[in-house]
Amino acid sequence: MTATVPESARASGPDNEDARRALAAGVAPRRYGALYIVEHRIRALRGYASSAILTSLGNPIVYLFALGVGLASLVPEGIGGVSYLEFVAPALLCAAAMTVAANETTYPIVAGFKWNPIFHGMNASPIQGNQIVQGIMLFIALRMTFAVAVYYAVILAFGAVPSVWGILTVPIAVLTGMAIGLLISSYSATLKDERGQLAMVMRFGFTPMFLFSGTFFPLEQLPIYLQPIGWVSPLWHGVELGRLAAYGHDIAPWLIAVHIGYLVSIVVIGLWSTSRTVTRRLAG
Amino acid sequence: MPAPVITASSLVKKYDDFTAVAGIDFDVAPGESFGLLGPNGAGKSTTMRMIGAVSTRTSGELSILGLDPNLHGPDIRSQLGVVPQQDNLDLDLRVRDNLLVYGRYFGLPRTQIAERADELLEFAQLSDRKAAKVDELSGGMKRRLTIARALINDPRILLLDEPTTGLDPQARHILWDRLFRLKERGTTLVLTTHYMDEAEQLCDRLVVVDKGQIMAEGSPASLIREYSSREVLEVRFGSDKNSEAAERVAGIGERIEVLPDRLLIYSNNGEAELEKITKLGLHPITSLVRRSSLEDVFLRLTGRSLIE
Repeated sequence: MTATVPESARASGPDNEDARRALAAGVAPRRYGALYIVEHRIRALRGYASSAILTSLGNPIVYLFALGVGLASLVPEGIGGVSYLEFVAPALLCAAAMTVAANETTYPIVAGFKWNPIFHGMNASPIQGNQIVQGIMLFIALRMTFAVAVYYAVILAFGAVPSVWGILTVPIAVLTGMAIGLLISSYSATLKDERGQLAMVMRFGFTPMFLFSGTFFPLEQLPIYLQPIGWVSPLWHGVELGRLAAYGHDIAPWLIAVHIGYLVSIVVIGLWSTSRTVTRRLAG
Repeated sequence: MPAPVITASSLVKKYDDFTAVAGIDFDVAPGESFGLLGPNGAGKSTTMRMIGAVSTRTSGELSILGLDPNLHGPDIRSQLGVVPQQDNLDLDLRVRDNLLVYGRYFGLPRTQIAERADELLEFAQLSDRKAAKVDELSGGMKRRLTIARALINDPRILLLDEPTTGLDPQARHILWDRLFRLKERGTTLVLTTHYMDEAEQLCDRLVVVDKGQIMAEGSPASLIREYSSREVLEVRFGSDKNSEAAERVAGIGERIEVLPDRLLIYSNNGEAELEKITKLGLHPITSLVRRSSLEDVFLRLTGRSLIE
């Protein structure tokens, strides 16, 4: 591969005028490309906005009634010094973020290459592969923040957050959701054919993570040989941080650092690997 | 002559051990309508993706508007309009919204995009469908919308990869008319096709591509002059009798091609050759005298038909 600027780019003449115009027109997309993608996705969201809002509101209400009111009656003594409702609320919030992540980073990513190949369309314009990924992820983070904020409002209405620091569970949930989303997208971006792999991800990745991350019962309740599921699960790290914020759950300071570090690392690595995959596929 | 807007020399693209483009050279002048003609798998689309500053070349030189796509992809793409082989409109958006979001990719101001979107919908004869969902459009309409989208940034060069493949004849003619208007306005067009009539209608100059290499280059008329005769006599004797008849008519015309279903006899006077055949006591089931086309050029150059 040669990477030298051809003679004609340096020479004067009409050629140079073209080149100058191109270089000037390339400035804005190079700088703001990711934001243009966010704009696009927001416009596309209008098509399903009402159903998105409805699920954002409906889901928390159903879960809080079922678990916080129904199941909680079987655990009258609460867990770790707080009521079962207070115990489960931060976990539900993180799980809600995780659900948005799974919805947006599985089929939509494959679709962007295949069924509704908008990534190719974007890449034919001045937008670059990594900007496509950044834009898509930024949009998902925004959508997730909205869903989590609505969820949090419902949790507050159920009186399930003792501490004023509880509001921090919102960014914690978004961080957790994005870590999981980027983990999934690192895989889904590599799929050239979808023959049920994503359903497997949901069945053997998402569901166990949802159930065994200290979500509905403390991780320590599990036999020791099952606890590693929780340790590797981004959801567990997020839930632990969420409980710290919501009711001052007792965690060693070094462990707090581990939780944050783990989630941030996954976000960084996931973003890097998804960008790399997408850029390479588009340049093929 | 003005400096070319595209210059390719010894351009190569390999995928693992498959060579899609095996070293091609060409220039495209500003305002020119340039075509790559060849069968499926000839390397046309790969070449287009390299010109589109999307696919990186394996070796050789490529300059678009005086810039190297390896270094200046986004800058070059800001000056291009791209109509890919497969439409990649956003099916989740409505017709006009597709133009609006696409214009933003170029960093254009929203008011300017809105104005241009309405003009382009008019040009693409889609004004009355602007609020429709893309999925509801016919194939020809989707194609026209893709072309409208490709023009949202007022491109210096419009790249069209098989613009009318899969369209019915009427839709093709509407599209050709629109493309011809662009050509008249001085837009540089680069298009690939495996349709002769399309190449003859739209291209000032073209290269015939086969197996990743350029077989011939010139205007449609000059290629026909150089590689074929003025007229072609097509005769059919029935599938199992064609080759036998071919032996008997040997020597008639300048050259004979034996196809599974017919014989092509190249000559400057097709009717005269038909008379000679009749005098030999042969009676073809059907006979037809037509002008030579690029199909004949391709057959001559490669020994194969374009659409197999």
